[in-house]
Amino acid sequence: MTIEQAKPLLAVEGLSVEFGNSRVVDDLSFTVHPGKTVAIVGESGSGKSVTSLSIMRLADTMGAKFAAGRIVFGDRDLLKASQKEMRTIRGKEIAMIFQEPMTSLNPVFTIGDQICEVLMLHEKMGKSAAMAEARRLLDMVRLPDSEQLLKRYPHQLSGGMRQRVMIAMALACRPKLLIADEPTTALDVTIQAQILTIMRELQKDLGMGMVFITHDMGVVAEMADEVVVMWKGKKVEQGPVSQIFADPQHPYTRTLLAAVPRLGSMTGEEFPKRLPLTVLENDVPTVVGEERVQDTARYNEVPLLSVKDLFVRFDMRKTMLGKVTHRLSAVSKVGFDIYPGETLALVGESGSGKSTIGRTIQQLQTAHSGEISFNGRSYSAMSAAERFRMRQEVQYIFQDPFASLDPRKTVGFSIAEPINTHGLISGGKAVRRRVDELLERVGLSSAHADRYPHEFSGGQRQRICIARALASDPKLIIADEALSALDVSIQAQIINLFMDLQAERGLAYLFISHDMAVVEKMSHRVAVLYLGQIMEMGSRRQIFETPRHAYTRRLLSAVPVADPSAERNVTLMEGEIPNPVRRVGDEPAILAHEEIDPGHFVAKSA
Amino acid sequence: MAANTSRLQRFHSLEFILGASLTIIICGAVLLSDVLFPGAEKVNLLSRLVPPFTDIQHVFGTDPLGRDVLARVVAGGKISLLVGFTSVVGAVIFGVFMGLVAGYYRGFWDMLVMRFADLQLAMPFILLAITFIAIVGGSLTNTIILLIVSQWVQYARVVRGSVLTLREREFVLSARAIGVRDWRIIVQHLLPNLIGPVIVLMTLNVANNILLESSLTFLGLGVDPTIPSWGGMLADGRTYLQTAWWVSVFPGLAILLTVLGLNLLGDWLRDSLDPTGRTTG
Repeated sequence: MTIEQAKPLLAVEGLSVEFGNSRVVDDLSFTVHPGKTVAIVGESGSGKSVTSLSIMRLADTMGAKFAAGRIVFGDRDLLKASQKEMRTIRGKEIAMIFQEPMTSLNPVFTIGDQICEVLMLHEKMGKSAAMAEARRLLDMVRLPDSEQLLKRYPHQLSGGMRQRVMIAMALACRPKLLIADEPTTALDVTIQAQILTIMRELQKDLGMGMVFITHDMGVVAEMADEVVVMWKGKKVEQGPVSQIFADPQHPYTRTLLAAVPRLGSMTGEEFPKRLPLTVLENDVPTVVGEERVQDTARYNEVPLLSVKDLFVRFDMRKTMLGKVTHRLSAVSKVGFDIYPGETLALVGESGSGKSTIGRTIQQLQTAHSGEISFNGRSYSAMSAAERFRMRQEVQYIFQDPFASLDPRKTVGFSIAEPINTHGLISGGKAVRRRVDELLERVGLSSAHADRYPHEFSGGQRQRICIARALASDPKLIIADEALSALDVSIQAQIINLFMDLQAERGLAYLFISHDMAVVEKMSHRVAVLYLGQIMEMGSRRQIFETPRHAYTRRLLSAVPVADPSAERNVTLMEGEIPNPVRRVGDEPAILAHEEIDPGHFVAKSA
Repeated sequence: MAANTSRLQRFHSLEFILGASLTIIICGAVLLSDVLFPGAEKVNLLSRLVPPFTDIQHVFGTDPLGRDVLARVVAGGKISLLVGFTSVVGAVIFGVFMGLVAGYYRGFWDMLVMRFADLQLAMPFILLAITFIAIVGGSLTNTIILLIVSQWVQYARVVRGSVLTLREREFVLSARAIGVRDWRIIVQHLLPNLIGPVIVLMTLNVANNILLESSLTFLGLGVDPTIPSWGGMLADGRTYLQTAWWVSVFPGLAILLTVLGLNLLGDWLRDSLDPTGRTTG
């Protein structure tokens, strides 16, 4: 046993991978032992995914050249193996789970067929034996009602269930090594907690080695035994997880850890705080920016935006005569106020209706009933011209900075668009000057205006989107998951940019997010949504320090803690987010709220 | 500065140089045909079916009526190119407009336009042609109108499909969120993003229409058969293919080179319109 422990399962030695002339992985070495988890951490472009694809030799098809190094698995150098040999290793000895459970399953085959295919191919099982084994595998990943599930198609399953099916498929041949590439990034926090627990337990049972690729330091702290930190294609630091978190050596690791939002870090603070940021300047971590209490909300004034009893419903199924039979109640009786200079966070998981609320306020979606008023004037009482002006006063920032800029227009055009649409400034030169100012305000340069979106990184694009939102001088900005697609260090910078702009211009934000740690950092008040209804609403302190509703507590406990010394979450969270599509006449019950403290509302259970 | 050089570099592609020179040479020769080859229709029964490259007077040889093939090919381009270009441009304008309206506004207009398009797709072209020409009579304009009527559906379908995916994209949503007017969204954001496949379809349809015009003429539904056109010459030479190949091969080559030139230009245009510089379908 001890001998086996000493011999690593996988040893990557001096690996260098090139695409054309650019070297994306440079001299990378690490080892994975059976039963242990190595986490590869890094931001986008750090080469972590290329590393995993190189181990599987899937990078070949993307045009990768292995310039140097060895990947020793067992006794073999995988870099010398032919693709034919690799096919016998892939899936059987090394398995992989990808980020997107939605696209990794073939939509036209049942779950059972797809698991059986793997078993019949690699284990040469017969159909009935494979089916029985498939069922055992589904039980193993704690999927309920496995018998029925085998006959279902991927679209009938939720994202979390699909990812569990993917894990079951990956484990079908009892691989010695499992490579998981951001397996929980696309999932909700409570589902993420479930998946992580399952993976940890299965690893213990099967004794396999695991390479876990992620950008989330919280997940690293929960999963890893050893951590490899990658930066610009190079390994900058490696060590046991506790050591990396407690005593990071490399400046990059230190800035990365400093940028991670930690739940509970604001305990005891009345207001959100703009915190100074550690950034790398010439490879030396320097602290920039000031610390400032974000006391910008003006509660003595009239609410800037007030939403009352808002209902939004989508008709999902109709009879042949057009009578609606099934409806999705996306938003049910939601009401809140936003005061000038305040940040209200809407938090919830997918299907909670948080984006629908934002879109309804921005008039991208019509409400079924309810009232939205801006500065005391109701939308329904407004003329068309006034409603058009609302699109100047309220701006919307979308989640994906890659998709929300027209790829065929220069950045300058996109930023000038709100100015031109509302005729705020006349004259091409004056508009251009304003665009330059805005670009500089968000930390870019005026020379960027003539470039196209694809020339920018994700963080830069989100800055461009913010510049665009500021162009029309709005009073309220709706940020719909505006930070979710960004790397943590960029995320921290953008949070500070949001806070600076708020202090400067007295902006109000409706901050839509699923990330509790970020919400804690920047919001004044928080509303927790579940299936279209507000479960709990109150000040940041009330929600984070004295959560009353069971769902709020569940949400908070599911957030991975970026501290390996904290006790790992061992209890398995049960339950899925139920399907919100309901038959007409079977609408979900509307919950009543009670005010338990001044400003702290909790939904009474039905 | 950087933008200027890259704009210049765009013209330094083989596609552009080949495509543009082919198109310019062919179009130039066709436009100047009256000056270059006056009397292309002169019949000379004494020099029937002269093989090509034997007589300096008739480089591409002569046809069964002793007319010079080169002169007829150049002169015949007038009708062919006129029909080819105008019908495609007309169909694109009409089809793209209908596709944009149907895709962007959905609902009633979408249903109306698309059901009408289905109706038309279900009708065979020849049946449509015979009915149409029987009612309005055969002429150059009517042939062009017929081709537009029969082909706008293709563009409308392609465009509507693209609009349906584009209108849900976040950059279109964010333009709406800002308050940009519908027609500006359509012109500024949708059109440039869906023009690629339309250009490809356009270049292919020019050739298709040159041939369609000839088959219409062959059936007696198109233009006056005595006016030379590439398609007409191709059809005439068919009977002599075994004895005098040059009668139909040279007009065929003219069609081929025109289409090749346009295709190259179309590919270049599509790629150079895309700022990311990737090659898309």
